Order: sequence, then C-alpha cells, then structure tokens
Amino acid sequence: MRKVLTGNVAVAYGAMLSDVQVVAAYPITPQTTIIEELATMQADGLVDMDYIRVESEHSAMAACIGASMGGARAFTATCGQGLFLMHEMLHYATGARTPVVLANVNRAAAAPWTIWSDQTDSVSQRETGWIQLYCEGNQEVLDTTIMAFKIAESLRLPAMVVLDAFFLSHTSEPIDIPDREQVRDFLPPFDPGDLWLDPNNPRTFGGITMNDAYMEFRWQIQRDMEKAKAVITEVHEEFARVFGRKYHQVEAYQAEDADVVIVVSGTVASTSRDAIDLLREKGQQVGMVKLKTLRPFPREEIIETLKGKKKVAIIDRNFSPGATGIWAQEIRNALYELPEGDRPLIYGYIAGLGGRDISVKVIESIYQKTLKDNRPDDVDMWIGVNYV
Amino acid sequence: MEIVESTNVYAYKLITKKDYFAPGHRACQGCAEALAVRLVAKALGRNVIVASATGCMEIISSPMPFTSWRVPWIHVAFENAAAVASGAEAGMKVLMRKGRVPKRKITFLAMAGDGGTSDIGVQALSGALERGHDFIYICYDNEAYMNTGIQRSSSTPYGASTTTSPAGKVIPGQITWKKNMPEIAVAHNIPYVATACPSYPIDLVEKVNKAARVKGPAYIHILSVCPTGWRLAPELSIRAGRLAVETGVFPLYEVEYGRYRFTEEYLKIQGRFRHLSEEMIDTIQKRVVEEYEKLEKKIKMTEGD
Repeated sequence: MRKVLTGNVAVAYGAMLSDVQVVAAYPITPQTTIIEELATMQADGLVDMDYIRVESEHSAMAACIGASMGGARAFTATCGQGLFLMHEMLHYATGARTPVVLANVNRAAAAPWTIWSDQTDSVSQRETGWIQLYCEGNQEVLDTTIMAFKIAESLRLPAMVVLDAFFLSHTSEPIDIPDREQVRDFLPPFDPGDLWLDPNNPRTFGGITMNDAYMEFRWQIQRDMEKAKAVITEVHEEFARVFGRKYHQVEAYQAEDADVVIVVSGTVASTSRDAIDLLREKGQQVGMVKLKTLRPFPREEIIETLKGKKKVAIIDRNFSPGATGIWAQEIRNALYELPEGDRPLIYGYIAGLGGRDISVKVIESIYQKTLKDNRPDDVDMWIGVNYV
Repeated sequence: MEIVESTNVYAYKLITKKDYFAPGHRACQGCAEALAVRLVAKALGRNVIVASATGCMEIISSPMPFTSWRVPWIHVAFENAAAVASGAEAGMKVLMRKGRVPKRKITFLAMAGDGGTSDIGVQALSGALERGHDFIYICYDNEAYMNTGIQRSSSTPYGASTTTSPAGKVIPGQITWKKNMPEIAVAHNIPYVATACPSYPIDLVEKVNKAARVKGPAYIHILSVCPTGWRLAPELSIRAGRLAVETGVFPLYEVEYGRYRFTEEYLKIQGRFRHLSEEMIDTIQKRVVEEYEKLEKKIKMTEGD
C-alpha cells in the first residue's frame, strides 16, 4: 500500500506496525505529530498499547525503561530540549540493557530559542551508548523505525531513529507501507528471556556496584556495540530480502572513481545526490558517502570506502564548540591509521545550523572550495555564515 | 496504634513471619526506615514489583552481588521512581491483555525518601498520581538527605540543624517549615492517602494492605526515624516515632490519630533540636496545634462523604 506521509507520521506507522506495547511521550515541537498520530491510531484500535501521557521527557524515558524491564516493547519520541532533559535516562537505558526505541526529530539547541533543525541534540548523546540511525527520507524513516526494534532487541541496547526537523518531520512524500503480517514475521514480540521484573523469578536490577564490578558492565556494552555493526548489516539484509529496500551503514554514491568525496548524513544526502549528478554532468570527478550510523561508528567500512581518495569533504550539521564537527572528528579518527599515501586530506565544513538551508548550491560551493584548496584549513569552514 | 496499645497479642502473631526484605542489609543501627521497608514488604508479599529511588534504602539493600530483595526490584534514578513504576505497570497491563504474561494481581510499589519524593521526585510523582496508575507510592520520610550526610530537604522540620542548615550563631538551623507532602498527594484526588510510622507496625501494615486493595494510586507517607541524622540514640528510634505521633507533630490519619501531648518531649530527646530556645519551641508548638486543628477540621468537613 502506498500513502503520502510526513516523516513524523512515517515514524508513527513504523511504531504501530512494530506492535509497540507502551508509548510514553511528552509533546515538543516538531515531534508532536508523531505522538498525536500514535494517539489517533490507538483511539481507532489500530494498535493495542498503553499510552502514558507523562509530565516530562525525563519521565517518558523512565517509564519506557520501566516498561521495557517489565518485558514490554517500549517507544518514545522527542527532540532538542526534550532529548537534553532525557540525557540522564539515556545513559540508564543503555546500562539497564533496555531495548527502548526513540525517534528523535533533530532540533537545534537553545539559546537563542529555535525549533529548526540541526544535529546538536542527537550528536550530544554520542556517549550514552544508544545506537543512532540517521535517515535521508521518509521511507527510510518508516523502515528504520521497524528495523530499530529488531536491532535493539537482538542486542538489548536502545536505539535512536534520527530525522531532520521539518525537512522530514513535516514534509510529505509517497511511502510504501509494509504489510503488517510481514512485519510481524520480520519482528516477533520482544522476548526478554529471564531478565525482567518477574515476580516468579525475582531479581535486583540497578543495584549499587563497587569498583570491582562496574567496568565489566561497561565492557559488555562496548563488546555488544562492536557486535552491533554486524547485527545492523544482517537486519538491513533481511529487511531487503523481505521488503525489497536495502539500507547501508555507509553508502557510497558515484564514489568509486571520485577524486573528491563529500560525506553527509540525514536529508543533506538527498540534496547531495542532485548536486553530484549536476557536477558529474559538468565532468567533475565527485562522489558522495552517506552515513547512517553514528553509533556504533562504522570504522572499518569508512576506511574501506575512503581509502586512497584524494580529498574528503565532510558536511557537519552540528559542531562541538572548541573542536570540530562530530562526523569530521569521527572520520579523521578512523582514517588516521591509514598509511600516508592512502590517507585522504580531510576538509571539514559546518553548515545548516538551526535549519539554514543546505542547498545544491551550497554543496557545489563546498566541492569547489575542496577542489581548489591544496590543504584543508586549520579549523572547519563555516559555510554561509556572516562572520561578525 | 490502638491495636498495639490495647491488645495483649504479640505483633509477630498479627504479621506474617515471612520476610521479603531480607536481613543482612547495611542500614545503620536503629534505622526505623529499614524497619518500615521490612514491614511494607511483609504486607505486600511476593506478587509485587518494586521501583526504588536513589537513597539510603537503595544503597543499603542492593550492593552487588548481594541483594536484600526477595521480590523483583529496580532502581533507576533519584527523581523518578513513580515514572518507572508507571511504565512497569503500563507494560504489565498490555502484556497480560495480550496473554504474554498470565493474568494475576501484581502490586506496583514505588518508594523513595523525603528528598526523592518532596524535592527532586515531586514532578514525576505528581504526574503518576494524576494519570491514575494502579500503584502504591511510599515516601519514607527521615526528614533530610541522610544518605549523602544529613543535608536539609523540604521535609526537614523548622529549627532542625543539618549540615546544610546548621544551627549557627545567627541562623538557628532550618528556617522553613516542613512541606506537607501528604496534603499534596490528597490534592490529586487519589483514592487513598495515609500517614504511618513503624513505631506502630500493625497500623502501618494495615494501611499498606489497604493501599494494595485500592484500585488506582495510593500514597503513604511514613515517618522514618533516623538516629544518625536526628542525633538520637539508636535505641530511641521507636520511642521517637511514638512521640512524634503522640505529640501531634506527625499525626497518623485516615485510620488512627495520635494522642495529643506537649511537643517538647519529642524535641528534647533529639540532638538536632538541642540548640532550640524556649521561644522557638513555643513557635513549633503553636504550629503543630494549628496544623492539627486544620487536619481535624478537614476530617470533620469530609465526614460521611
């Protein structure tokens, strides 16, 4: 079945088709239409779930953790300030090994107050141990929501589906809605094994540890995050077999023979595809790499894809004050181990903060600058900013 | 408490011998809060899921790899025991409806200290009470942040000396009045609110039983004497709880009421009030009488409702 859906409604469809059992959510622009749609779906009997209208995002995540520890499939959605308020609980969800799924609509951080898009909210959660899956379009949003449950539950790690505010959340696209029974076969109900709040088998969760035990818990998270790379690939492949759409942690577009590769994430990828096509028509040897996962970071795939390229331009719709864009940091980190001849020059660009448009023209100018400059600047270039 | 006072039966015959909060935990000598937890666990039995806030009871009962809990127990954070319990309750409802878990009565208990309830946890608690989850919330009120070393909370009584409201040369300890948390719970129009104190064990157990029978949220505020934080000899814990009730400082309501007696007796056995002047004691006495009269009026007003 095909429908014209916004990114937010696509999230709701993904959660509904996944037979989510508990939704705990608090409204925040531009996430609201996700939880409104889910409320309507519940009211119309499309999904049998319990909907907790919590009094804050902090409690939303706490309730999801409680539900998940009780063996239920739990979901929430938020953005920007809401995700920041949740931060403490994000760490906890990982430590407790609760496979909660969260849809985060990328919204820039205050102050000054804004509701427009950038990735500062989600990249700020990089160290919380959440799997982070960035989406380019609304079909990918719906499909990723379903896959996120499967990935999270097989690893018992929480997963975040990330979509750009407005560019996806409030933009409509024709979407293929997967068949419900097929989704049920693909994603059976969450089985917590014997690790849940079972009165027949009482266990203590979240007790206090001393310095002789804590590191082992953290190590298990790291071990399973490394394992997550293979799990995500397997889930992508299985999804492709059932539903015919293939996703990648690292997707190369026209990159094989490219001298300059532009690395992007989120909706910038779809604009970049157009920019690359236009530049290719003009005979430019340029390609694109789209990154879907920030955590776990697909280090090996990145090295494989970018090895031997001359120049890599990374567009970050986020930045870390006093350092560089987050994707640029990660990629520099990964490529450092390549021998000098194979290691590309890395050009970092900050663009599109607070929802400023990253148009085809912007991407072309980034390409031209990268092509022209023999060496990258010492700091990331801020694109289109009025330096005052 | 009338039962305790007027029967010749020993308490152990009225209360199950079975413990779901095991001995061997790390509470201080004379900790009335651990005693209250033990009584609550006895009352609720095995079909219960406990969500605990950070605090003394979390620290003393769950040091890896040990646990004092013979029922499923989870600690998430300081401010959100109520939110965690509401998630667990909601999840279980769906799983039972879908046949993933066999249907039976499970009680959901959220517990926290006075800081985790009336300060940092009040928002999550208010939300959970308002939403009407079928759960019990118990505040174990020892009147300060005892786990971190006796810092004042909004539940610390007027005049009490704590490490962050010390009795100094100019400021005589805590200068604000104890927040009336049970009244805040009452304001949510929930089916059941009670106050209790482990110095009256049978009264406490009966109230917990009643709370478990009620459909919807129940709130119990348990005064939990802390010898360490109250500067009180451990053997006086039970007596201090009794005095708090008898003097009207901490009236037990819903089921029983404390007999009225002069406040000073309650204050004078506690080192934290050692510095109080006659004038301050008078002020406290006046306030206690006022609060008690208000409570009496409310009871009369709602009689027969």
